[in-house]
Amino acid sequence: MKLEVGRVKIKDAQFSEKTYIEDNVLYINKTELRKYLMEDENIQDVNFEIAKPGESVRIVPVKDIVQPIYKVSGPGQVFPGWLSDVETVGEGVTNLLDGCAVVTCGKMVNFQEGIIDMSGPGSEFNSFSKSINFVPLITPIPGLEKHPHEESVRVAGLKTAYYLARASKDVKPDEVEVFNYDPINESSNLYPQLPRVVYVYMIQSQGLMHDNYVYGLDAKGILPTLISPTEVIDGIIVSGNCAAPCHKNATIHHINNPVIYDLMRRHGKEVNFVGVIITNEHAMLAFKKRGAFFTNKLARLIGAEGAIITEEGGGNPETDLMLNCKLLEKSNIKTVLVTDEYAGRDGRSQGLADVTIEADAVVTNGNGNMLLNLPAMEKVIGHIESVETITGGFSGSIHEDGSISVELASIMGSLCELGYERLTTKLK
Amino acid sequence: MNKIKYVHYLNQFYGQIGGEDKADQTPFIVPNSVGPGKEIEKLLGDEGEIVATIICGDTYYGDNLQEATDTIIGLLKGLDFDCFIAGPAFNAGRYGMACGSISEAVYKNFNKPAVTSMYHENPGSEIFNKEIYILKSGKSAVSMRKDIDKLVNFSKRLVRDEYIGFPDEEEYIPQGRRINVQMEKTGAVRAVDMLIKKIKGMDFETELPMPVFDRVRPAKGLETISKCTIALVTSGGIVPQGNPDKIESANASKFGKYNIDNVNDFIENEYITVHGGYDPVYALKDPDRVLPLDALKQLELDGFIGKVFKYFYSTVGNTTAVSSAKRFGEEIGQDLRNNNVDGVILTST
Repeated sequence: MKLEVGRVKIKDAQFSEKTYIEDNVLYINKTELRKYLMEDENIQDVNFEIAKPGESVRIVPVKDIVQPIYKVSGPGQVFPGWLSDVETVGEGVTNLLDGCAVVTCGKMVNFQEGIIDMSGPGSEFNSFSKSINFVPLITPIPGLEKHPHEESVRVAGLKTAYYLARASKDVKPDEVEVFNYDPINESSNLYPQLPRVVYVYMIQSQGLMHDNYVYGLDAKGILPTLISPTEVIDGIIVSGNCAAPCHKNATIHHINNPVIYDLMRRHGKEVNFVGVIITNEHAMLAFKKRGAFFTNKLARLIGAEGAIITEEGGGNPETDLMLNCKLLEKSNIKTVLVTDEYAGRDGRSQGLADVTIEADAVVTNGNGNMLLNLPAMEKVIGHIESVETITGGFSGSIHEDGSISVELASIMGSLCELGYERLTTKLK
Repeated sequence: MNKIKYVHYLNQFYGQIGGEDKADQTPFIVPNSVGPGKEIEKLLGDEGEIVATIICGDTYYGDNLQEATDTIIGLLKGLDFDCFIAGPAFNAGRYGMACGSISEAVYKNFNKPAVTSMYHENPGSEIFNKEIYILKSGKSAVSMRKDIDKLVNFSKRLVRDEYIGFPDEEEYIPQGRRINVQMEKTGAVRAVDMLIKKIKGMDFETELPMPVFDRVRPAKGLETISKCTIALVTSGGIVPQGNPDKIESANASKFGKYNIDNVNDFIENEYITVHGGYDPVYALKDPDRVLPLDALKQLELDGFIGKVFKYFYSTVGNTTAVSSAKRFGEEIGQDLRNNNVDGVILTST
């Protein structure tokens, strides 16, 4: 399966009469986009904001972040199961608006949305403080329950991302990268000397809005399955996840999954990347075991010698992470785990809820309990009062001068367990 | 600039009063420097001086830890000093324990920088490394000059409140704090690097060594449950409306204890959840779904259990540090014991 990824760099975004891209500037016709989003009968009104890097802007409570992508050619369209049929994607040409993101906001569960600061010390912890963020502000119809509200906002994010990227249809990308995923027997013949590496991609699926979707299917209902790494770039995994903001994978994290990108870039040079096993994180032990056994079996069937395992969320999913590690290591498949920690504000506490001795190679993306003092911003997009109830906030988080004290856990994607950012912890 | 005023701690041997025969010596204070302190002053030059030296026998300190510490803290009260140095203790076990213990006590009592130096296998380095800096010394006095040089330089930086780097580069015993650091490479690239090394059998360093957990052995079952008092405890964040104790929705710093003498059922709006880690829709509609008071009260009516304990305990287990959770468990457990509770239903989410 061959996928060409075209990056169209976006350096600025403005509202306009027409939606188009010229000289790396994205022009948006908000009347047309509003009409498209309001096809959803659960949406009463939509407004839009644009936040740019360096501005004195705080976006809160952020629900999801979506990478604008559009399929220029090849089978299917982006976000299969939502905006298009469930046809297999991951081949042809996909355009991506680089440096631009769709950020959806709203009081969904009240606890589990996060913060994006466009400047100041809070902007040092994630990539989204450095992108041009297009924010649809969605007012649901009165009395809409939390679950359909979440779904409406989720789909509006996907539609907006698709709508914006469609404007790049006839634009020449600034960068083009080609990824090729060969059948396993062929790649083994091509690269007999290279270690066969599989990526075990854990997707949170605990119910109660800790849910994600694969080709539109609730991930609670999947058995671990093998996919081509290129499929992920076309948006087959969509986040409906309202877990802690620092380590839930937003839809943009999935599309730009850095483990997949890095393994694809080293494929044929340092490793033979034999595939991606997506597996879930269920709330029940029997499901966790079934998931781990199936993952292990698939890894063995494709002859993996090494595996990267990434976690989503924390606490309960650590059991899935450790089970996967234990079984793969027992099958003599070497593992590296990617996680994060809650080691207390002083960093002295044990940071994981479950461990196993086989987990001797672990990458951590930081300690979520670190306390931050963030200055007031001139403008808030969303609802500032949410800061006191989101994960990482607390009663008393908002000070009289408008500054806030929060734990790092409240910053969207700050500890992303796909290894999206650069943070780690060191023992002092 | 004013000279930095130091107090120096030595055992009977380096304090030049005798060998093992003087190991029972009680603590005393002398003005100015003694023994290795002379070397410290030489290195300090114009920058500092030792205003007093405390000398104590190793056996005395070891056998009378609290008393020795209290006496020395008493000797230092009213003394004008900026920094405390103990040792170096090298691999001398009792001396290392004394240096660590007294440095920590001085730091805590006077809030002044205190630093010591010992061999990394000295038992004192494992016990007193959390609050103070323990520099890694050589195994014996052969490395005295080098170790004193390090102590002097490090102590000057502590007094000036300069940034102290990580244990490897600064050669001190880790204090056990995991600090966030920005790396050059993303977590994903570091993971792939690590995997390639691991597959090839090359050396690699995990970023997170596995912690060792306490294992709690399950208690024996209750013999006659119809006579037992059963309590409800939860980490699911069920609290009375308004969250009177302001328990945090994540990384909780406390637990609450609430009277349910006259409550038979957790009613919507009267009880809520403040847990930030799950969708609260169903718990808010009926908090008994998280903490089954209604069912337990029914079992009490039926005579299946003796009675429901008149308080329930609640905290939030969302990204809460294990050290906090451990403390809550110990405190709640003690309170349950004091109230002769026989059994507990502990619900999590």
